[in-house]
Amino acid sequence: MGKTFQRPEALSDAVTHYCPGCTHGIIHRLIAEVIDELGIRGRTVGVAPVGCAVLAYNYFTFDFQEAAHGRAPAMATGIKRVRPDLMVFTYQGDGDLASIGMGEIVHAANRGEKFTTIFVNNAVYGMTGGQMAPTTMPNQRTTTSPFGRRVDEVGMPIKVAELLAALQTPGYIVRQTVISPKYIKRAKRAIKQAFTYQKEGRCYSFVEVVSTCPTNWGMTPMEAIQWTQDTMLPYYELGELKTPETTD
Amino acid sequence: MGKVLMKGNEAIGEAAIRAGCLNYFAYPITPQSEVAEYLSRRLPEAGGVFLQGESEVAVSYMIFGAAAAGARIFTTSSSPGISLMCEGISYIAAAQCPAVFVNIMRGGPGLGGILPSQADYFQATKGGGHGDYRMLVMAPASVQEAVEMVMTAFPLAEKYRNPVMILGDGLIGQMMEPVEFPDDLRSEPSNKDDWATNGMDTRRSDKRNLVKSLFLDPDQLNRNNLALKAKYDRMNREEVRYETYHMDLDYRVLIVSYGTMSRVCRTAIDNLAEEGIDVGMIRPQTLFPFPVQQVHDAAQKQSCVHVASIEMSMGQMVEDVQRALQGVKPVSWYGKCGGDVPTPEEIMEFVRTLL
Ligand SMILES: Cc1ncc(C[n+]2csc(CCOP(=O)(O)OP(=O)(O)O)c2C)c(N)n1
Ligand code: SF4
Repeated sequence: MGKTFQRPEALSDAVTHYCPGCTHGIIHRLIAEVIDELGIRGRTVGVAPVGCAVLAYNYFTFDFQEAAHGRAPAMATGIKRVRPDLMVFTYQGDGDLASIGMGEIVHAANRGEKFTTIFVNNAVYGMTGGQMAPTTMPNQRTTTSPFGRRVDEVGMPIKVAELLAALQTPGYIVRQTVISPKYIKRAKRAIKQAFTYQKEGRCYSFVEVVSTCPTNWGMTPMEAIQWTQDTMLPYYELGELKTPETTD
Repeated sequence: MGKVLMKGNEAIGEAAIRAGCLNYFAYPITPQSEVAEYLSRRLPEAGGVFLQGESEVAVSYMIFGAAAAGARIFTTSSSPGISLMCEGISYIAAAQCPAVFVNIMRGGPGLGGILPSQADYFQATKGGGHGDYRMLVMAPASVQEAVEMVMTAFPLAEKYRNPVMILGDGLIGQMMEPVEFPDDLRSEPSNKDDWATNGMDTRRSDKRNLVKSLFLDPDQLNRNNLALKAKYDRMNREEVRYETYHMDLDYRVLIVSYGTMSRVCRTAIDNLAEEGIDVGMIRPQTLFPFPVQQVHDAAQKQSCVHVASIEMSMGQMVEDVQRALQGVKPVSWYGKCGGDVPTPEEIMEFVRTLL
């Protein structure tokens, strides 16, 4: 009998630097599987963010560019405009995408740039030690909201998928999570759909993945999953917000 | 092709196309918006890519992405816009990607004004963004020279895998002059397969390419900075360009001036010669690398009693002139930075005070 489970060709064999229980690793694997299944490794260029995934390129086996904080969508625009035949994706955290890079993501999406964004929403700035992000939950304690996020001072967390779905142009906007096998399957389907739309040259595609950061949440991996389920998912509702079919 | 009468900004756009660069991203700003307006019509017709970005910050990263993917690419802006691009320029230099930036300078600081200026000398030549990087900076004094510098900028950017800047003042962008696009300055984009993220299939290779600027290991970061320094040292040895005026005379004053300002200085020098005051001039065409040795040697002439840096800034290039002279002759600065160019009379008056 042959192997039934192996490392995707698009994924390297490097040991990741991610913390135990961090969902970045799962999301990397899903992307690699999709790239293998679509047979696009040789024409894919990834754009890494500044955040915990800044070293994402160490875990993939295809071309990669490293952006400045928040600017990945502008870099992806540059690549895709001069080389529409390449498959391009940005991989971005919530501080990167929803704070410093909000301008770049909104305009890239609104222009309908034909690349894909994988948006990892873990409700904090992971890399810099757990500061408050635009996606931090009400009353959630972080290192810069030690008494909990006060919505009267800093507003409610930004629902990026809904915000982008309010624009007319972007074609595929979806939110999933990876906190259980059932959800992981759905997340993979969404990522594959997103890359497929890009391959067909159809539209901009955006997959938000509600994720965990046990280290900065001060939780065990299991507690983090439970907290995601109980606190984040009721606010960040899962599902397709927009498909090219609903837009057309 | 013969000469045509063109506005500087449009000629710059056309020069890029003639040089074989068919990709342009930009954000509008006076006094250079005509480049974008011109290319928004011309590039689609030439089969190229035109995109108006949402900000100069975004544009600088569109440039980075496209350059890293192996394309010839350029942008144009003016002072406040270049300030925003400096973040991207630092990353592009660190990641060693070729790209061309044109700055048609206006007065600053802050919003400043929309009239000509040379106040971004420090920003261009000393690294406007963070970290140890340099750009090769060329300063045209006419529309024709702007065309030639734009055309040579692309192969130079590729040779050094480094950003190259054309530093023009507002007059260069706005004035109309007869221009020619020399065929011999056309060039083919170089092969970038050994580093560009242009897709493994494109270069028929199993080895993936990575374009990045993060080196967490201090040795690696130091090594990257040494590699950059080696390139800048090589530029200092091989790329210095300058022009001289009246240097065969026994000049008593040596003027160092560039861009539009140097044209006014020529008139002042001619008029002073009629009065019997001989003045020579060095016009740096590259501001980085700066003609350090040439300025130093020219000041050594027995007859020369004073060196003057004349610029449309509050005294920036003068620091490079002082660096070049190492104290061998006295150095003064003269300039204005409100938007109007000093007149020949004002320069003559200033030169007389030096004697
Ligand atoms: C211009 C700039 N500002 C600030 C930083 C510091 N910084 C690095 S990562 C980061 C936040 C990353 O958080 P997020 O995007 O949520 O990703 P995560 O680490 O949680 O995956 C910040 C603020 C930087 N590198 N560059
Ligand atoms: S800090 Fe958080 S996001 Fe970063 S690797 Fe650790 S768990 Fe993951």
